[in-house]
Amino acid sequence: MSLLSAEWTALLYLIAAVCFILALKGLSSPKTARRGNLIGAAGAALAVITVFLSAKLDNIPLILLAILVGSAISAPISRRVQMTQMPQLVALFNGVGGGAAALVAMLELGHSDGPWVLVAVVFTMLVGAVSFAGSAITVAKLQELITTRPVIFPGMKWVMTLAAVAALVVGGFVVATGSTGWALLLLVLGLALGLLLVLPVGGADVPIVISLLNAFTGLAVAASGVVLDNVLLVVAGTLVGASGTILTRAMASAMGRGVSGIMFGAFRGGSTAGSTVQSDRPVRSSNAEDVAVMLAYAQRVVIVPGYGLAVAQGQHTIAELATTLEARGVAVDFAIHPVAGRMPGHMNVLLAEANVPYESLKEMAEVNPEFKNTDVVLVVGANDVVNPAAKTSPGSPIYGMPILEVEEGRQIVFLKRSMRPGFAGIENELLFDPKTTLLFGDAKDSLTKVLGAVNAL
Amino acid sequence: MDPITLLTVIVLTVFVGFEVVSKVSSTLHTPLMSGANAIHGIILVGAIIVAGQLDDPWLIAVALLAVALATANLVGGFVVTDRMLGMFRGRKPAATPKDTTK
Repeated sequence: MSLLSAEWTALLYLIAAVCFILALKGLSSPKTARRGNLIGAAGAALAVITVFLSAKLDNIPLILLAILVGSAISAPISRRVQMTQMPQLVALFNGVGGGAAALVAMLELGHSDGPWVLVAVVFTMLVGAVSFAGSAITVAKLQELITTRPVIFPGMKWVMTLAAVAALVVGGFVVATGSTGWALLLLVLGLALGLLLVLPVGGADVPIVISLLNAFTGLAVAASGVVLDNVLLVVAGTLVGASGTILTRAMASAMGRGVSGIMFGAFRGGSTAGSTVQSDRPVRSSNAEDVAVMLAYAQRVVIVPGYGLAVAQGQHTIAELATTLEARGVAVDFAIHPVAGRMPGHMNVLLAEANVPYESLKEMAEVNPEFKNTDVVLVVGANDVVNPAAKTSPGSPIYGMPILEVEEGRQIVFLKRSMRPGFAGIENELLFDPKTTLLFGDAKDSLTKVLGAVNAL
Repeated sequence: MDPITLLTVIVLTVFVGFEVVSKVSSTLHTPLMSGANAIHGIILVGAIIVAGQLDDPWLIAVALLAVALATANLVGGFVVTDRMLGMFRGRKPAATPKDTTK
């Protein structure tokens, strides 16, 4: 059935495209972010209704069923997933989107003619497959199903080059012959390239890779729009490709890295420094009562939250501890590293949930000069973002990343589960510093004990 | 669509894409990435068009898989972004009346 003329269809797609632009614009500012997201969702809904009313479609009941299945799986997961697992979920959605684009292009191979359309088919399949496989690896790394350290093997660089060249050659065959056999081989090569591209990336850089793959999927969707001669797909895909590229660069520069350094840094050698073996050098560990005394009789305390706090769901406890200390006259601030946790802005979201006032959250540039006037720095479940190796050891994978300079503080307290190194897999010298005290245990348990001890003083 | 019109649309869209996100604070990096991620779920439109034109049952099955995956990307993407942004609400009562963001 086509209830809508071509003109009306084009007009409604234009409205949907404008909605997507407004969505991205809205999402760039805290005040309008939520509304922006809803505008984007409305645009998407409009586009899907339009396609049902305008295109001549068979199999409509089956299509509706597939949409129902897709929604029934994704919506409940999105609602229930833990804050700590959100980055994985975003990566997963990105991967399936890339996979869908690759499948769409492959199915259109038979209907496509003209060299440029076939080039677009090849591009969509290849980039979609890379995005699918690459996202799968990022999910596995974030879930710690596989090691978070860079995975490289001898000759990997050559295998990768070979796979890339093979993909281009096979892509050329697909354009020349339009054969399904070559197209399937192209899909396999794309998946292999995705794996090879993401395996060498170290754990701490994974969020940036997710953002890059997000831009890739956008480009694949744009190319699928060329294949299907659908201007909405071209506009929406290009929009995501362009904004995703800018966002990836912004995220990388927040960590003091270049995008190519993140993707290919592991091949340049040196960056595999650091060890998984735990050191048995002596550290000073303490109990909750001692930590409570240090905190309660300090004038100025800075709390550095990290992924451990998110895992333990300790945000409400730490907010209460901050309020309690402030009631005793201690000045308390939170120092937020831009990439603390598993995604940029993770800590802001977490602490906002616990009603920590916005003014207490200090950004890195603002708080770094204040550490030397701080009596106690309380590091809760953070490690890599306070590791001085980023400034002092050029061989370290995190070398060059701006860190919170907690080593300037008069005393440092680490709440940690164990001596295990952080996500980047490197040891933190600061743990062995004479002014450092460690309190082992789950972040929430430790905070609850410290809070109890402060109240008992 | 003729190639020149297509190229025009793509080039202009690239500039719009660069422009709309050029001044975003690091706090919003993740929601923005997640929102952009949801937008490319619009491949659903392409998947529906393809699925509606096929006769071979196996190919229909592949197309329906694409429809389901694209729906997961689109619906899940917007829901998870909304949930992320929902957590930013709490700070309003605690903040001072004077707006410090701008």
